[in-house]
Amino acid sequence: MRTIWVLLLLFFSSAANSKTEVSLVYASLWVDRAPVLSNILPAPEDQGIRGAELAVVDSNTTGRFLGQEYLLQQVNEIDESLLVQQLKELFGQGQRLFLIDAPASTLRSLAAELGEQALIFNVSNSDDELRLSGCYANLFHTYPSRAMITDALLQWLKARRMDEVLLIKGARAEDQAYAEAVKRSVQRFGVKLVDELEWDFDTDLRRAAQRELPLFTQTDEYDFVIVADESGDFGEYVPFNTWYPRPVGGTQGLVSTGWHRVVEQWGAAQLQSRFEELAGRWMNAHDYAAWAAVRSIAEAVTRTKSADSQSVRDFILSQQFELAAFKGRPLSFRSWNQQLRQPIALIHPRALVSMSPQEGFLHQRSELDTLGYDEPESECRLNQRVE
Amino acid sequence: MKKSLLCFLLMSGYLQASEVAYVSNEKDNTLSVIDMERFEVIDTIEVGKRPRGITLSKDRRQLYICASDSDAVQVMDLSTHEIVNMLPSGEDPEQFALHPNDRHLYIANEDDALVTVVDTETNRVLAQIDVGIEPEGMAVSPLGDVAVNTSETTNMVHWIDTKDWVLIDNTLVDQRPRHVEFTKEGDTVWASSEIGGTVSVIDVNSRSITHKIEFKIRGVHPDKIQPVGIKLTADGKYAYVALGPANHVAVVNAKTFEVEDYILVGRRVWHLEFNADESLLLSTNGVSGDVSVIDTAKHKAIKTIKVGRYPWGVVTLKR
Repeated sequence: MRTIWVLLLLFFSSAANSKTEVSLVYASLWVDRAPVLSNILPAPEDQGIRGAELAVVDSNTTGRFLGQEYLLQQVNEIDESLLVQQLKELFGQGQRLFLIDAPASTLRSLAAELGEQALIFNVSNSDDELRLSGCYANLFHTYPSRAMITDALLQWLKARRMDEVLLIKGARAEDQAYAEAVKRSVQRFGVKLVDELEWDFDTDLRRAAQRELPLFTQTDEYDFVIVADESGDFGEYVPFNTWYPRPVGGTQGLVSTGWHRVVEQWGAAQLQSRFEELAGRWMNAHDYAAWAAVRSIAEAVTRTKSADSQSVRDFILSQQFELAAFKGRPLSFRSWNQQLRQPIALIHPRALVSMSPQEGFLHQRSELDTLGYDEPESECRLNQRVE
Repeated sequence: MKKSLLCFLLMSGYLQASEVAYVSNEKDNTLSVIDMERFEVIDTIEVGKRPRGITLSKDRRQLYICASDSDAVQVMDLSTHEIVNMLPSGEDPEQFALHPNDRHLYIANEDDALVTVVDTETNRVLAQIDVGIEPEGMAVSPLGDVAVNTSETTNMVHWIDTKDWVLIDNTLVDQRPRHVEFTKEGDTVWASSEIGGTVSVIDVNSRSITHKIEFKIRGVHPDKIQPVGIKLTADGKYAYVALGPANHVAVVNAKTFEVEDYILVGRRVWHLEFNADESLLLSTNGVSGDVSVIDTAKHKAIKTIKVGRYPWGVVTLKR
């Protein structure tokens, strides 16, 4: 009996001395983006991955004291089946932790094909269906869902007593999805939808916005105009050009987002300056979601002293897990659909306007659960427990 | 000539006040000077950019100021309120602590994951020690043998040997550790975790957590209870803990580690300081831009003093 104990002790002490390697893969499916009218300030091509890189640098600093080393590998593909194939091969070689920037269909096939031992973080997709039905036990979301984003805006409108809104949406599938999320939020918070218009003009708005948009927005009177234009085709030209002189928000104007440079409270100034030093540009919501995914993993590895994907998963879903993520309160994952609950910023390009949830929107579990699909609204019941 | 006359007139105001407090205003680049008898701001002094941590020299004649965005520690002569020296501090100094030898200043460089040790007499950097991401809280043991630093994103208390300036150990604490404070005996360290919502009491010898204090205020969501500043009474009986956006200061029995009371103060309370006889406690309230004066016997805020924008650090000085 005594020998066994000695052996165990030896085993543990040698394990403590050796380095724990935490290997991460960041994979993107590059989707061809259609040309847009407002192409003046394109989205950075390295969005997302740079956030993961920063979190790896941060985690390695902590890891130095604990004998942990974080490694990041990047995979880019333009073909979905090739991407799935490549990640399956990596899984075969022992890779377990994945950060994915891809459409919903790719996320679904990855979740189905990579198996239970994999831990997949959706770091760029806001698709509501992924959080509503057919959730996967190996799929986590650090990027906010559309419902969270539009709930954040509508809560603020309600708090500001702007009770009548006009919705303008683009013709693309993602704009329709955003508009659907807006309509759900409008109903949820008891706001009136005055009218719903679809922008399908092909005029070059850079020159004609002042002429076209007032006529287009001449409906019954509204307090606020919500734009659903995720690719940034026409939305930038809506503010200051509406028939009634009213504020504009949504995907443009007062933007509802997971992260932006103007967030500087709660210690965020330091995160922003670290990111700018690393990437030479501002940190956006994609960078933030990738950062939060790596930090969630690192937090689990630090506290459990293990890089095993199942123990990481168990810890992330446990009551002990809380992520300090510069949003003024600890973040955690919703048990039923594994979405990171988080405050959402309402910003204009030079300042933070507000952070939702707004004061007074209460919830029995966490005020953060007033944003997005709550447990009773979702079909997903991934980790049954009393919260 | 004119300046010195003005100086004299200004200083005569201070002479009347037997005790004053200095408050750093992070977003105004100023210090507010408060008369502790009349509870009024009697002067506002321009200093470097984004002043945060402030601390007195042991002879109480000089004030050290972390001017974070000026990347320097300024030294102010308290008899003239003139900046008499700028110490090399490393980038973005946030908090610091003076060694009992009255010479070595331990500075947390928030942007660089470093602790810089500066000799205040020679202006020389003696050492730079690698610590975790976003070093913040800084304290030196009253015995002088060890310095501790917290790193907000690494979530650790780092232990530094002050003889050779090497990192000797790390203690993992709850999320986003902010402030650290030694007891007078130097055997225990109190460390606040802002996002974790707790205060860890750490034994200095074993460098392990012996108690963890949690807070609960009726009507305040647990997420909003974010401990930052800590102050321990000289008799070792009580600890006061500033709870950030919970807008309360907790009164903790330092023997039993039970929370005995919560005192309502201004919005987003950061840091705390006693007056000389500890009958009063001042709290800097960042969001409301004021300082609350707490009667420590009654556990009640008795006065609110408007200062500059985002008041951060506070020290008191009795003549």
